[in-house]
Amino acid sequence: MPAPLPTVPALTIDALGKKCPIPIIMLADRIRDVAIGQLIAVLADDPAAKTDLPAWCSLKSQEFVRMDELEDGWSFLVRRTY
Amino acid sequence: MAFPAISPGIKRPVKVDVLQPVVENSTTLGCRSLGYPRVPHAGFTSAAGRGRVPRRRPGPPRLVPVAYFDAASAEPLHPLARETMLAALADGWADPARLHREGRRAGLLLDQARESVAAELGCRADELSFTASGTQAVHLGVLGAVQARQSASRGPGHLVASAVEHSSVLAAADWLGRRSGMAASTTGVDSLGRAGLDEFAAALQPGRTLLACLQAANSEVGTLQPVAGAAAACAECKVPLFVDAAASAGRLPVTPGWSVLAASAHKWGGPAGVGVLAVRKGVRWRPPGPSDAREGRRVPGFPDVPAVLAAAAALRAAAADRAADDTLRALTSQIRMSVPAIVDDAVVHGDPDRRLPHIVTFSCLYVDGEALVTELDRAGFSVSSGSACASDTREPSHVLAAMGVLTHGNVRVSLPRTATPESVEEFLTVLPPIVARVRDTMRAASS
Repeated sequence: MPAPLPTVPALTIDALGKKCPIPIIMLADRIRDVAIGQLIAVLADDPAAKTDLPAWCSLKSQEFVRMDELEDGWSFLVRRTY
Repeated sequence: MAFPAISPGIKRPVKVDVLQPVVENSTTLGCRSLGYPRVPHAGFTSAAGRGRVPRRRPGPPRLVPVAYFDAASAEPLHPLARETMLAALADGWADPARLHREGRRAGLLLDQARESVAAELGCRADELSFTASGTQAVHLGVLGAVQARQSASRGPGHLVASAVEHSSVLAAADWLGRRSGMAASTTGVDSLGRAGLDEFAAALQPGRTLLACLQAANSEVGTLQPVAGAAAACAECKVPLFVDAAASAGRLPVTPGWSVLAASAHKWGGPAGVGVLAVRKGVRWRPPGPSDAREGRRVPGFPDVPAVLAAAAALRAAAADRAADDTLRALTSQIRMSVPAIVDDAVVHGDPDRRLPHIVTFSCLYVDGEALVTELDRAGFSVSSGSACASDTREPSHVLAAMGVLTHGNVRVSLPRTATPESVEEFLTVLPPIVARVRDTMRAASS
């Protein structure tokens, strides 16, 4: 039986206070720093990130898991698929 | 022409045709609005100079072709419209409601313009009123239709709008919600920006929905909306349909079935300051503000008659110029196909087929839209952007967000009637190195 997918992010990228596209650039730069199947959390407070994170995942065939509300922004969970 | 008195020895400014390459040097004034050319500064240093006051020597001249690619914000004034407006300034200034000869002359001109515009838009002259802007036409149209139906017995009611309506429509709905407690539903679009008909129809609540709003076409991505289907669904539920036709009037025929229609003259090559509000006979509509007798009791104050005449002339010219549409569609198709091929990580938005002929919008990963627009402006191309950084509100385009597509690095190219294949080729030549340069800058900033 294959091991269950991790539910805790292996890497957290803090992009709070950064304007798009910086959060996306930071994610694109570091997606290969985690193993395939692992989670990355991107913290961002730019409203454009709500559309752009899922859009980037769709363009790059990575898995957008979900968005969580934070007190001062959002946490976007992305799973590396390849 | 009334230039101020100029001493001999100082050259007059030179007017340059907008599509000719302009020599840009350090003394050039930038006239950026509506495609006006850059006017080389004649160096009004001092009359006493007469050549003796040393002028700052400009650097080697750089040829910068000036191409205005933002027709979706404002189409440059059609030459026929300019001629009409100048001629009408002599005859159309008086109050068109008065019985004296000046008034009757202005009134006659206004009526002629009304007949002409009504014929183009597919309505009767008495259904049509001129407003001071497209936005005013939208506000009056939406508020008038809703408020005529809200009542103590029926309550504040409900409104349906697609998620990609122009911000003026959504603002009107929001205002009605806050002022009167009216409920509102926005219905979704697919990834190409086209409103889902099933969802739209399902959102209509017979007996409770007072107005449904669907644009004819979207001005950010160009996608056409299923207005005929929406009109049929609204007719079945006995809900009036408001159609914002600002993006398509003069370019595509108006689909029948609307109850209230709005349009904007500067989108079709008319002057700014003229909008159109049309209310079908038999549709309940009440002016939302204090009453005024003008424009069929729909719009306060009498319109700018010379500007209205110019708008009518421009609409006739635009609707007749089918050849320009075909050229523009071919040029935007070329841009649609080229951009993903010549720029890495770029994606073009909107329906490739069911779209307006002159608009194409695309987003580039890892760059910000404001930087792209600025660099393109430096390269001589005037475009706009739906990215958050490029907007006053610092929010990304609600249209792109509703489509679920990339909002950063967004560029909207909307070609005016006079766009040439050469200028589009030049644009496609300068775009990839500009994107690369901005990407390098962004990367350096983020590390």
